[in-house]
Amino acid sequence: MRKSTAFLLYILSNIILLAVLGVHSFYQRESAAPGIEEKREMVGRLDLTDLCLFTEANYTRHPTQADGHVAFQDHPASLEHFPSGSLLRPPSKMNRTHVRLDR
Amino acid sequence: MSGWIDKQKNILDFTFSSILRRKGKNIALLLVYTLIVFLLASVMFLTYSIKREASTILKDSPDMIVQKISAGRHDPIPLSYMEKVKGIRGISSAKGRLWGYYYDPITGANYTLMVPDQFSHGPGGIEIGQGVSRVRTTFPGDALDFRTWEGKVMNLEVKRVFSPESELVSSDLILVSGEDFRTLFGGSRDHVTDLVLRVRNPKEIPTIAVKIAELLPDTRIILREEILRTYDAVFSWRGGILILILAGAVLAFIILAWDKASGLSQEERKEIGILKAIGWETSDVLLMKFWEGMAVSLSAFLAGIILAYIHVFFFSSSLFEPVLKGWAVLYPQFRLVPFIDASQVVALFFLTVVPYTVATLIPSWRAATVDPDSVMRA
Repeated sequence: MRKSTAFLLYILSNIILLAVLGVHSFYQRESAAPGIEEKREMVGRLDLTDLCLFTEANYTRHPTQADGHVAFQDHPASLEHFPSGSLLRPPSKMNRTHVRLDR
Repeated sequence: MSGWIDKQKNILDFTFSSILRRKGKNIALLLVYTLIVFLLASVMFLTYSIKREASTILKDSPDMIVQKISAGRHDPIPLSYMEKVKGIRGISSAKGRLWGYYYDPITGANYTLMVPDQFSHGPGGIEIGQGVSRVRTTFPGDALDFRTWEGKVMNLEVKRVFSPESELVSSDLILVSGEDFRTLFGGSRDHVTDLVLRVRNPKEIPTIAVKIAELLPDTRIILREEILRTYDAVFSWRGGILILILAGAVLAFIILAWDKASGLSQEERKEIGILKAIGWETSDVLLMKFWEGMAVSLSAFLAGIILAYIHVFFFSSSLFEPVLKGWAVLYPQFRLVPFIDASQVVALFFLTVVPYTVATLIPSWRAATVDPDSVMRA
């Protein structure tokens, strides 16, 4: 077999595989719809506000409910030490260079 | 047309023969390139998928949450505040939430305890998430011990375990009755953890928030929009440890492209000189180099994207799990739903394939325009 033919077959098979994965993603989204609906119902019924992604600390478990200084609450000189803290950005309303601690 | 295709195939044959003459270097290049695309695409698929799922799931979270702040810290809020807030026009419902965290010294895990509006099991019973069931090996009918605020041991029977499909929101969740919550944590019956409000007209939310801030100056108001934006920002490309992974990958790619763009080897220049000497046009040489760059970059891109998809959506990003899990004892098990942002895939294509192919062409053009005799004699 010519090298060019082999290369073109490789590219074609990858494109077909990508198309198959595209179809897989479509059907996965369809089959995941009841699960997403169940989660959404649970959020509405229990008034939940956060995903359960990081359970290391209260402010990583509920980042939307955390205030500005909670990551350093252990003592005045404590630094953020949980690995999740490096993944989570502060809530969007805290993009200022300071945080009002009375709000 | 068929003549043009035959020409491309002939040039491709020659290109692959040339690539195979430098097999080791090109295979190493292909593997590194594939790894970079794999890493970038994995991060892209993971972050977008979580962001999409979060924005869908959290759409029904409360319109507003009111927290009491005292000395800069979150404090229980008096129920009298709820009566004040209920009087604001536009609020369809206001209720107090009782929830908190419990540290389990046996496993080192943190649980989220919550009192639902309606709890059919009454005192003595709990509903737990899959994560709690896993770390404590506890199932319906079993009992869990808790230590109350007074240091006494409290025994609660598991009535139900939430479904695995709900792990993303309920993995560490324990639902208890109001009585059991107060027995466990103490606190005044006139206070709750925070207030949740629902508003009739979403457009009035900012106005109502301002009114609440004026009415209750020692409170902090969190809007649903801020909740959704927080999860939009989580895993953002600009934040956190993931930027370190991306920065390493991008730097590696820049080094690769620079290596290509900084010039051809003596052998490659001689090869081009010989081709020019036997009658190849400059355009044919550039076409050959184009196919060389395209063959490597397109092969790496397709392989990287496919492997990234399989890694994220079939193996639940297992390579990133140590980073995502951190120090957590309780970690939810869930399979991500494959939400793919096609624009990001296209952007990745143009950021990887196109620059590399162009970087291959530039030194080749310089070599192809030089007198072949001088190149072969060098």
